[in-house]
Amino acid sequence: MLRRTTIHAWLMLTPALVLLFSFTHYPAVATFWHSLFSTPRGSRPARWVGIDNYVQLFGDPVFVQALWNNAIYAAATIPLSIAIALAMALWVNSRIVGRTALRMAYFTPTVLPMIAVANLWLFFYTPDYGLLDQLTARLFGWGPTNWIGTRETALGAMIAVAVWKEAGFFMIFYLAALQAIPPSLYEAASIEGASRAHVFWRVTLPLLGPTTLFVLVNAVINAFRLVDHIIVMTRGGPDNATALLLTYIYELGFRFWDTASASALTMILLAILAATAAFQFLVLERRVHYR
Amino acid sequence: MSGSAIATAATTATLRTRIDAWALIETLAAWLLGMVWIAPLLYAAWAAIHPAGNAVSFELFAPLTFENFANAWAAAPFGRYFLNTFILVTMILAAQFVLCTLAAFAFARADFPGSGVLFALVLVQLMVTPDVLLVENYRTMSRLGLVDTILAIGLPYMASAFGIFLLRQTFKQVPVELEEAARVEGCSTMAILLRVYVPLAKPTYLAYGLVSVSFHWNNFLWPLVITNSVETRPLTVGLAVFATLDQGIDWAIISAATLMTSAPLLVGFLLFQRQFVQSFMRAGIK
Repeated sequence: MLRRTTIHAWLMLTPALVLLFSFTHYPAVATFWHSLFSTPRGSRPARWVGIDNYVQLFGDPVFVQALWNNAIYAAATIPLSIAIALAMALWVNSRIVGRTALRMAYFTPTVLPMIAVANLWLFFYTPDYGLLDQLTARLFGWGPTNWIGTRETALGAMIAVAVWKEAGFFMIFYLAALQAIPPSLYEAASIEGASRAHVFWRVTLPLLGPTTLFVLVNAVINAFRLVDHIIVMTRGGPDNATALLLTYIYELGFRFWDTASASALTMILLAILAATAAFQFLVLERRVHYR
Repeated sequence: MSGSAIATAATTATLRTRIDAWALIETLAAWLLGMVWIAPLLYAAWAAIHPAGNAVSFELFAPLTFENFANAWAAAPFGRYFLNTFILVTMILAAQFVLCTLAAFAFARADFPGSGVLFALVLVQLMVTPDVLLVENYRTMSRLGLVDTILAIGLPYMASAFGIFLLRQTFKQVPVELEEAARVEGCSTMAILLRVYVPLAKPTYLAYGLVSVSFHWNNFLWPLVITNSVETRPLTVGLAVFATLDQGIDWAIISAATLMTSAPLLVGFLLFQRQFVQSFMRAGIK
């Protein structure tokens, strides 16, 4: 016989679970299923093609480029945003002049919509008129540069926007962690005559371990998810120089309506995210020192 | 004796000047970074309050104008977009509060077989977020006949793993004695949840509410995919359509529109800075 608590629990869980399964678990499984069929077109229904969609994807130069771009995007945005966030938190937490104003300046990008951010930066990057070109012209005498229209600089420009948007958000978590470190530790260190660098590496940084793990996981997820600005600013161009996995899923699924390829690509993205989760739970959780 | 004392004093002095110099460099670096961080916003604000001709030149005494805002407002149905976003954000938040409260309470207090596995399944959504699954979710929405509705934008986000997780942590910290006392008084389970747990979790609701509102106010990719008319488009999608299709490169008007759409969150942030920052902190600490 079922206990009353069990029945109550299920009654309370059912609405949330139904929605969760319909829009997270079911689509994940259905994506895998559909990635094994061809895209239905007109009168031709979808037919079983096995792993053909995956084989085709790896033969698609745009996909390979997007994968490579995404690797660069991740390798740049993750360490940069974390390092800048940590520096910001240390500064805002110290007795620096105007810390309230600084904290506000650092955090403001977090509350802006990514689309608004994209417009601001489009303007910022505009050849000739943009603030960046006006600055480089005055400081170094450079001519106008099409920052987001040139293959060599476009991805870098997108990375800068992402770091700008994320760093203030991550700063908050470091700030919370810094404020939780007991002052007695610093007093002890200063009695011992430890240098500031020594204190940072031996006291502060190890105690920030759990926060860094949390921020790192968020930064990794964002490296694959934070693409709104790319869709607005470059649409993956010029010549696919800023195409990332998620922007290419959008292209395939909703511009070319090639849902089979889009499903296969989604599975690859899911695999990357799953690997991140596994890494978090299996490797990092054991190593990081928890209070 | 005194010689070595003087020498020590001298080294301390050089050490101090070195530290002072270092502190100065750090202060300058912090301020430089702050300027870089605020520059795009200030530049857009400058462009928005000056006539189009003066938007990109820095004449300090160029005439001020609010015409750009009026023009932007007239050039696209921003009123409708604001309304859509408002409906969307309110609907999602209300649904999240109800669904996540019930689920979190079950996970926090009911000891039933399989709760661990179920909770792990819920946490999957932290990694596999709805925006990654847009192709399949679009298929589901078109099967349900919900494409191009505000409900469809919100539906995938209503049962939020993040909210369930956050509230469960909070509920677990409520002393069991309080619940037992209420039960002795003859309260039903539902009454206990509403009268004991929910009031005690107010700060968590505030924190989660702020994070949720700013997330959904700013969300873009899924709304872009699932909407295609003025009646359903939220602000972000409306702004993107406006900036790419209609305006060419009139930066003064685009800047005005951009600031206008971000204004409610920005003003809210400036007014309630402390609450905002603390909410984001609270939401992040697991």
